[in-house]
Amino acid sequence: MNSFTNQNSTGFLRIEAEQICVDYNGTLALYDASLRLSSGCICGLVGMNGAGKSTFFKALMGFVLPSRGKIRINGLPVSRAQKEQAVAYVPQNEGIDSSFPVSVWDVVMMGRYGSMNFLRVPRQSDVKAVWHALERVELLELRNKPICALSGGQRKRTFLARAIAQRSNVLLLDEPFAGVDVRTEKLMADLFIQFRKEGRTILISTHDLNHVRDFCDLVVLINKTVLAYGNTSEVFTKENLSMTFGGDQPDPISGSESID
Amino acid sequence: MHVFFITFDPLSLLIDPLSHEFMRRALMVSALVGGVCGLLSCYMTLKGWALMGDAVSHSVMPGVVIAYALGLPFSFGAFVFGVGSVALIGFIKQKSRVKEDTVIGLVFTGFFALGLVLVSKIKSNIDLMHILFGSPLGISNSDVKQTLLISFIVVFILLIFRRDLMLYCFDATHARSIGINTGILHYLLLSALSLSAVAGLQTVGIILVVAMLVTPGATAYLLTDRFSNMTFLAVVSSVLSSVIGVYVSYWSDIETGGSIVLVQTLFFLLAFLFAPRYGIIKFNNSIDL
Repeated sequence: MNSFTNQNSTGFLRIEAEQICVDYNGTLALYDASLRLSSGCICGLVGMNGAGKSTFFKALMGFVLPSRGKIRINGLPVSRAQKEQAVAYVPQNEGIDSSFPVSVWDVVMMGRYGSMNFLRVPRQSDVKAVWHALERVELLELRNKPICALSGGQRKRTFLARAIAQRSNVLLLDEPFAGVDVRTEKLMADLFIQFRKEGRTILISTHDLNHVRDFCDLVVLINKTVLAYGNTSEVFTKENLSMTFGGDQPDPISGSESID
Repeated sequence: MHVFFITFDPLSLLIDPLSHEFMRRALMVSALVGGVCGLLSCYMTLKGWALMGDAVSHSVMPGVVIAYALGLPFSFGAFVFGVGSVALIGFIKQKSRVKEDTVIGLVFTGFFALGLVLVSKIKSNIDLMHILFGSPLGISNSDVKQTLLISFIVVFILLIFRRDLMLYCFDATHARSIGINTGILHYLLLSALSLSAVAGLQTVGIILVVAMLVTPGATAYLLTDRFSNMTFLAVVSSVLSSVIGVYVSYWSDIETGGSIVLVQTLFFLLAFLFAPRYGIIKFNNSIDL
């Protein structure tokens, strides 16, 4: 699979993944996946359930170790990049206990922990960052609410605000539009476009093709490996999509040898 | 003794027992252990580690017996076996297809049985009943020192890593994604659990110690939506339970450990029924969310 840089190739390279292979106890989840994203772009990661979207994210976050390949974020190894708060991750949150006794403010403040000293005492700058993040997702008036009192969309926005408060250059969003109301969807789409203007790099996993058409500059189609990658208008062909969602074998297109 | 109830004024009910050295010591140790376990119980209930607490407290049994036989501080032996049991649970879960709750049940009963067998085989002056049911009224000076040290360590861990541990209980994935070492937090919390189990063992015994590690947290959880309030309420209810429990046990001549845990359970039931927001009995002025 040829990997190439997106159109803003003058920009700084934010995400570099080179021929990543991930296997879970011998079961191959992802192979030969390459991706290079520079600053100021939105990239959609599209594939069926079980195509390896989450695995790709986990590899980028260092939660699973690739058995092969190299990952750099802002030119740094993943663990270094995390320590420097270079990358924020918004998971789908199905594992979160929504009756945990914390307020919206507390949750967003958790985005600042990595930048605080080890006692995690908020400084003035942390308070400002949280306030600003809550403003951007329009949750400021709900900041003292416990998270159990929020709607699904408000909860999504809370976790997005936490990622904003982290002030990372790279945002990884796992299915951000799953199960949100129209208002939240619009707000998030507008935010992502602002982030791009600010020079951040956003990788969004989704299976909603309309979102990809609307605001993704680049798209990666995956099914265990990268099937196609490039500008949305070029990659979003009928042929490519049927290959991604039709369950065809990736081998003839990617040119890689069949894997057993 | 309760014959005197009628003739004495209420204050003397509280003050009289304090004239005994053993009562002062029992009250102090029970209140201290109650406070420490109450603080930890917030993390246990929120992390869903109730069963883990049960496992650790039962598994320390052989450690206590072996430590006594070797003349070591019994908290040392208990700590080794407490942490060891959790490590073993993790190992078996990882290497076999057996589900976690089964592994927990299997490991802690195994350790507990080993403890029982050791007690019957190793001739020592360990009173089985004291280990199983606690004996705060007969606590020795060296035990008080050990409990003080343990309490200090646990409170230190929980205060220094307060926010990190809260984050770890709430969202471990996020903790990892911002570069926090969750492995260390996991073992810190486990160590705090093992140490608290050892401390709790002195007041309510192995069998009931899990109540100290769960009930105050559950009570507080029903009363508030704020983590800081929850820790405060858990500590207060736990310390109060210990103090009331010891007094009740003194005046009515009942088992101290059972008495403490019963008071805790009573507090929980009150919260369960009457908690403003989460109690099952709703008043007109309460807000439904």
